[in-house]
Amino acid sequence: MRNMQKQTKIFLILFLVPSVFGFIVFSLIPMISAFYLSFTSWDVIGGAPEWIGMKNYIDIFRSEEFYRVMRNTLKFITFYIPSIMVSSLLVALLFDRKIKGMGMFRVLLFIPVLTSWIAGAIIWRSVLSGQYGLMNNLLALFSIKGPAWLTDPDWAMIAVVMVSVWKDLGFFSLILFGGLRGIDKTLYEAAKIDGATSFQVLRRITIPLLTPTIFFVLVTTIINSFQLFPQVMVMTGGGPDGATQVMVERIYTYGFRYFEMGYAAAMAVILLLIIVIVTIVQMRLQKKWVFYE
Amino acid sequence: MNKKLKLENTGVLVVLFTLTFISILPFLWMISTSLKSNGALLSIPVEWIPKTVSWAAFIKVFTRLPFIGALANSTFITMTSTTITLISSSLAAFVFAKFEFKYKNLLFTLFLASMMIPIQVTGIPIFIILTKLNLTNSYLGVIFPTVFNVFAIFLLRQYMKNISNDFIEAAFMDGANFWQVYWKIVLPMSIVPLTTLFVINFMNYWNDYFWPLIILSDPNKMTLPVLLSKLNAQYTTEYNTLMAGSLVSMVPILIVYAFAQKYFIAGIQEGGIK
Repeated sequence: MRNMQKQTKIFLILFLVPSVFGFIVFSLIPMISAFYLSFTSWDVIGGAPEWIGMKNYIDIFRSEEFYRVMRNTLKFITFYIPSIMVSSLLVALLFDRKIKGMGMFRVLLFIPVLTSWIAGAIIWRSVLSGQYGLMNNLLALFSIKGPAWLTDPDWAMIAVVMVSVWKDLGFFSLILFGGLRGIDKTLYEAAKIDGATSFQVLRRITIPLLTPTIFFVLVTTIINSFQLFPQVMVMTGGGPDGATQVMVERIYTYGFRYFEMGYAAAMAVILLLIIVIVTIVQMRLQKKWVFYE
Repeated sequence: MNKKLKLENTGVLVVLFTLTFISILPFLWMISTSLKSNGALLSIPVEWIPKTVSWAAFIKVFTRLPFIGALANSTFITMTSTTITLISSSLAAFVFAKFEFKYKNLLFTLFLASMMIPIQVTGIPIFIILTKLNLTNSYLGVIFPTVFNVFAIFLLRQYMKNISNDFIEAAFMDGANFWQVYWKIVLPMSIVPLTTLFVINFMNYWNDYFWPLIILSDPNKMTLPVLLSKLNAQYTTEYNTLMAGSLVSMVPILIVYAFAQKYFIAGIQEGGIK
């Protein structure tokens, strides 16, 4: 028996080694060093990082760029979150109907999710191109003159939002649909017998019971909003005129284009803090509206 | 009543059809554009369907551009990464689901907390670590970090918890060792989450952009997304070439999805409920 216990111990350790090793090397150490780097100035090539205290942070908060990046992110969130929530909820509700052939829609709507951001963004760059693009030519059929989506500072972020909703709809509607399937259908029937209209059932029963899943989707989409990157890189490269510059795009540009690792690390730490704070606030607020049985 | 239901269902189908059509439309545009000649790209009014089908873009993609190489690189990196993730995560998940040891909860909490940290925060130090290990500009540099995947550990652990202890104890009684229990009992019983994770990870690694972009600078080692983004910068308006390349890059993932689709949707929904 003792032998058995010893054997178990060795196996336990062996089984955990790959993940624990990965955690230490690719998560824990990088986390600590990112924090350290953010107080240094370092261009990777020449010598060791030089300690400069809070300078990176001060520079960031003094730069106009930081506030532009925040405004851009806020603009993205303002348009993206309501659009993705409403559209994926609508699709999930439709999915929940028992109709033949529903599976096909589920599969087709998932194709944008499977597409890489790069391919997706390239396709949309063509769809949105001013004169020869699909979008403006379609709008022209209804005598609407579309803007030069990606080169107009007022419209570029809206275009990024549009593409993001297109890409994410299939995923979040599937998650919400999963939540809907967990709701006891006899509740609907009972309400109907009591004379409730479909809208009342939706507002008083379906939505409240779905709030845990809605909460999950909300937290995920907001975190994703702060991590916006590939669609911006490929579609606009942060332009026009900085109208689509966002945090991760800046971190990439400073870190891997200009090799200002310390400055980029400080931005990354700020990004992490923002995400943590926003998530904590959401966790606190959830008690007010999320309904747990 | 029946009539009303029928009318409602028709309405549902019309709305779904419209939404699906809108979301598929860019892909139809992609196919149409990829089959245009350079001249047809700029014709006004726009040719919705190319008047003459030109395969020039596809020929260019496969002969003049390094697509075959990128396809091979992406396939190798994705398959290896996915396999490594599934093995290392299922090993850890088995231990977390079925055994007690000191600091187990602390370790698991730390794992979960690390999910909050975006790759962009840890990216710079990981890059430096890989540089020190001489792993930048190598496949291994892209593959190595995938050994730790909290999401996979979490999903598998949830599932393995529900595997009855009787099976496992009986196997130990019969003299099976740890590895045999894991390999012959626990893994075969976890086929649903493993398939789900296979698709999710295959998709993530196949489509990953940030990491291969940073690690792989040698053009011969580029993955498809990196090659596509380079072409995007180089051939800004040569949309037939870009579209043909995008289409080629999508085919493998669509094939994987087509095969695993049933398991995958079931798995992702279970994940959504919990």
